[in-house]
Amino acid sequence: MSSEILLQVEGLCARAAGNEILRGLDLTVRAGEVHAVMGPNGSGKSTLANVLAGRPGVEVTAGKVLYRGRNLVEMAPEERAREGIFLAFQYPVEIPGVTNLYFLKAAANAVRKHRGLEELDAMDFLSLARRKMKLVEMDEKMMSRAINEGFSGGEKKRNEVLQMAILEPVLSILDETDSGLDIDALGIVSRGVNSLRSAERSMIVITHYQRLLDHIVPDRVHVLAGGRIVRSGGKELALELEEQGYAWIEGGAGAA
Amino acid sequence: MTRDAREHYVAGFGQFAEREAAGDPPWLHALRKQAIARFAETGFPTRDDEAWRYTNLGPIARTPFEIAAPASAVIGRADLERLSFPVFACSVFVFVNGRFAPSLSAPRALAGGIQIGNLAAALPSPLCPLEGHLGSLARPDEGALVALNTAFFTDGVMLHVPAGVEIETPIHVVYLSVPGERATISYPRTLVVAGRGSRATVVEDFVSLGGGVAFTNAVCEIALAEGSAVEHVSLQREHEDAAHLGAIRVRQARDSRYKAHGISLGGRLTRNDVLAILDGPGADCELNGFYVASDAQHVDNHTTIDHARPQGTSREFYKGVLDDRARGVFSGKVIVRPGAQKTSAQQTNKNLLLSADAEIDSKPQLEIFADDVRCSHGSSIGQLDEDALFYLRARGIDLATARSLLMRAFSAEITARIGIGALRERIDELLLARMLRTRAEAA
Amino acid sequence: MSSADSLEHLATREYKWGFVTDIEADSVPPGLSEDVIRLISSRKGEPEWLLAWRLEAYRRWLTMPEPMWSTVRFPLIDYQSIVYYSAPKQKKKLESLDEVDPRLLETYEKLGIPLAEQKRLAGVAVDAVFDSVSVATTFREELSKKGILFCSFSDAVREHPDLVRKYLGSVVPYADNKHAALNSAVFSDGSFVYVPKGVRCPMELSTYFRINAANTGQFERTLIIADEGSYVSYLEGCTAPQRDENQLHAAVVELVALERAQIKYSTVQNWYPGDAEGRGGIYNFVTKRGKCLGRASKISWTQVETGSAITWKYPSCILVGDDSIGEFYSVALTANRQQADTGTKMIHIGKNTRSTVVSKGISTGHGQNTYRGQVRIQKGADGARNFSQCDSLLIGPECGAHTFPCLEVHNPTATVEHEATTSKIGEDQLFYCQQRGISAEDAVSMIVNGFCKQVLKELPMEFAVEAQKLLGVSLEGSVG
Repeated sequence: MSSEILLQVEGLCARAAGNEILRGLDLTVRAGEVHAVMGPNGSGKSTLANVLAGRPGVEVTAGKVLYRGRNLVEMAPEERAREGIFLAFQYPVEIPGVTNLYFLKAAANAVRKHRGLEELDAMDFLSLARRKMKLVEMDEKMMSRAINEGFSGGEKKRNEVLQMAILEPVLSILDETDSGLDIDALGIVSRGVNSLRSAERSMIVITHYQRLLDHIVPDRVHVLAGGRIVRSGGKELALELEEQGYAWIEGGAGAA
Repeated sequence: MTRDAREHYVAGFGQFAEREAAGDPPWLHALRKQAIARFAETGFPTRDDEAWRYTNLGPIARTPFEIAAPASAVIGRADLERLSFPVFACSVFVFVNGRFAPSLSAPRALAGGIQIGNLAAALPSPLCPLEGHLGSLARPDEGALVALNTAFFTDGVMLHVPAGVEIETPIHVVYLSVPGERATISYPRTLVVAGRGSRATVVEDFVSLGGGVAFTNAVCEIALAEGSAVEHVSLQREHEDAAHLGAIRVRQARDSRYKAHGISLGGRLTRNDVLAILDGPGADCELNGFYVASDAQHVDNHTTIDHARPQGTSREFYKGVLDDRARGVFSGKVIVRPGAQKTSAQQTNKNLLLSADAEIDSKPQLEIFADDVRCSHGSSIGQLDEDALFYLRARGIDLATARSLLMRAFSAEITARIGIGALRERIDELLLARMLRTRAEAA
Repeated sequence: MSSADSLEHLATREYKWGFVTDIEADSVPPGLSEDVIRLISSRKGEPEWLLAWRLEAYRRWLTMPEPMWSTVRFPLIDYQSIVYYSAPKQKKKLESLDEVDPRLLETYEKLGIPLAEQKRLAGVAVDAVFDSVSVATTFREELSKKGILFCSFSDAVREHPDLVRKYLGSVVPYADNKHAALNSAVFSDGSFVYVPKGVRCPMELSTYFRINAANTGQFERTLIIADEGSYVSYLEGCTAPQRDENQLHAAVVELVALERAQIKYSTVQNWYPGDAEGRGGIYNFVTKRGKCLGRASKISWTQVETGSAITWKYPSCILVGDDSIGEFYSVALTANRQQADTGTKMIHIGKNTRSTVVSKGISTGHGQNTYRGQVRIQKGADGARNFSQCDSLLIGPECGAHTFPCLEVHNPTATVEHEATTSKIGEDQLFYCQQRGISAEDAVSMIVNGFCKQVLKELPMEFAVEAQKLLGVSLEGSVG
């Protein structure tokens, strides 16, 4: 456990749409680790993801969030992205009129430029994209379609993982990437994610269900309830939750 | 000399107010006076009026229609059953030439608190529950035809469903027109007030017994309180000589659901004017319509869905089949008011033109003043799919059957949305029979 | 820049073409009367028939009500306060471009339209119209070698009276609408094009319109005739100085395509739009119509409308010839308090006629954007087909988008389809892009460009670049 600390969250409190959602959350993620965050609906899982990615409208009211030693809260969303934070959205938005391929190239080059790398031209990018598409078994035709427009739920989630593979982030946050996926799609998405695991990269996998964790095996599992982490443990904790449900936590959190 | 017969109505109003409407409560008397004054001012709409650009009311405006005489005595139950649906498990209210016919009606016992009956019986009561509702959605100042009905209506159905009450069986209202020797007019009026969280299904069924120059000037008002749901079928199958000009006015409070099926099969001239105002957040409105017109029929559906509050949803789906020299008009407007964010609206109009002389004018319109919305509309005009026809014939199905199959598929998309199975089946049958008649000679 | 800021930026962009050229003008006094019309006509040394036509139009205009059916709102125009003719003072007859006032040449150079021989845009012939008159037309000689006539309208009246007389008012009669009647009465200049049989015009023809003088209306008239089997691509651009009062621009454009002829007409309209509070700006009331007279002829309108306080124009096609084709591609951007009411009419008369309508409206700030269209399939138009697509993009909470198509089908063998959508650039979309490392500003241009590209690709290359600059967007790369 001596690897670099990538993300350090201490006493984080955050509001969204006028409601206090996170109430003193602590979390430490080191390089190479995969953390699962589980919890009932409304416990603050997505808010945590949004705080890390910098979604406007989610306001940090107390606590600190350090990413590689820098204060993340002060950084613009695109700066965070260029610094290696990637959010796989729970509900990827549709953007009519802009093709997937053009969007991905613009994003990849924005990140490359930031890292001091040469920007990719159309041909180089296309061959990179083709390689990565195989990873998520995505049809090349999807690239010439508008971003997420008319994509099925599964296609949208695969598209998120494809973007992740192309942008090669340092810290990926997967917000309920498993929701709405059938078992085959879940396998494809998980394989894509697993292929990106390395000693340098970390992931926060947010999920409601244990089944995703059969495919993406976490190093640590945290239970989020009432806006804070109420229990942490190894991967066996996920199984325990699956058996017992969240009722005991909700009761406990309510009393706390 | 005025170009229309408005003087005829204005002159007749005094006598009407003294005789037929003598028992009116004062508020209604005032409303009627306001209405006739309004009508005197505007007269019938003309084609210079953008909303009437494709429908010429000239012949109607020039004809001095007389109030239709009572005729229920000449109708037997058998006549009615032949004309109307075989009466299924629902409450039936029959009005003949705009007047309640108790002998033909069959109200069923309904749950406690539900008020249902004919307007004429309810109006003289000092505790009349209608004040404040009647004329509040269909206001006399918003159109000559509503004004005319307001001035002269004598009867119709009223339904008040109290909070939380759900009526399982449909209320079937038959407005039967029995034309006389002279040109006659009747003024059916329907009022539905759905209390909080209540639910009801109302079928308005406009039918004629025999031909003759008859003009039905109908108005229907439906007020939906928070969380209520009303399904409304308006079925127009009057005689080919008839003119049917109807107005439906709906106001929806928060989270209420209104679902309408406007089906026009009969009449020489039909105009359905529908306005639904989504006046509370989260209201849901579905307007479905189907029209079949042949010979020289003219059918005009003019609808407005007004999203006045946020988070509303509306779907509008109108389809029509036009044959011979028939003319169809669809004008559908969706308005999204400032502040009506997160509105989702969808509108579609599809038409089949079956003959060289048939015509359609389709005007789907979006007026959007809020930014966080998702709206779409589409309109298409075409013929029965030749490839599909050929495919069916290649499998041994004759042309007439193939056509009727495709037409049935065309209409099923609309009727499939009718919630009550028995009702859906009957309307499906009616539609098919009507469409087959349309294309009998093509077989 | 935050997402809210870049939305704001798009909604309140500045106008870069608002300078005034200091040049002495020869103007008639403000006001409209038969005398003013006679004065304009005599200044131009017009034949009697044209004066008679102008007067007929004027008398008709007097009887016509203001068109009130559109959604645009503005105070009634005081027609007596407008100057109907204003020309920069120049020598009587110019022998060559060298004699054009250098201040005029400089003006056009500043606008990116160099007229001088050595600096001309390659492959584009330009007719430069300054206030009421044409000040220069380039490449006239080269074009005339192929028999192509490209000159100012005034020259055409003098040099080709038969053609002018035959086609003037044949597509847009003066009684068509109030603005067209006004134009017919007082039009001062404009461009004239005739492409002879079988000739493919070797370069783009273009007219650059500039309003300079204050209180002056611009009333130009364009007439393009493409004879059998010919082809021409014509472009027009327009700008005006920044002023606090509104100025009226009421133009008429008539196109005639004979058998198998093709006319491609592109507009980048960038008149002064008024300031952020809605003060000043051009009232752009234009009647543009093309007639596909011959069999298998084709007229294609492409427009990018970013300027003007009010835009009111419906470039239309009357498809008379069998198998003829009409097209309309439009992008209209309204920012600040601009209002646009634009669209097209496609009138199908001939058999197997086809039309395509693609309209993209972008509303930001307090901008209001209306698509108004009519597709009419006449009785005899067997096999006619139309496809229309009208999309609206809303940016910010105060703007509006309206769609009023009107489909009139009187023939059962026709196929007519109309689709429309309204969507928005919201914070969700911008955040998604930002999360992938793209700044909010780039994201906005990317989305706007993506939204418009179906139309922009119809523009000739030189104009596409210009249009994109105007829309404040970058060219979407070679991928995608």
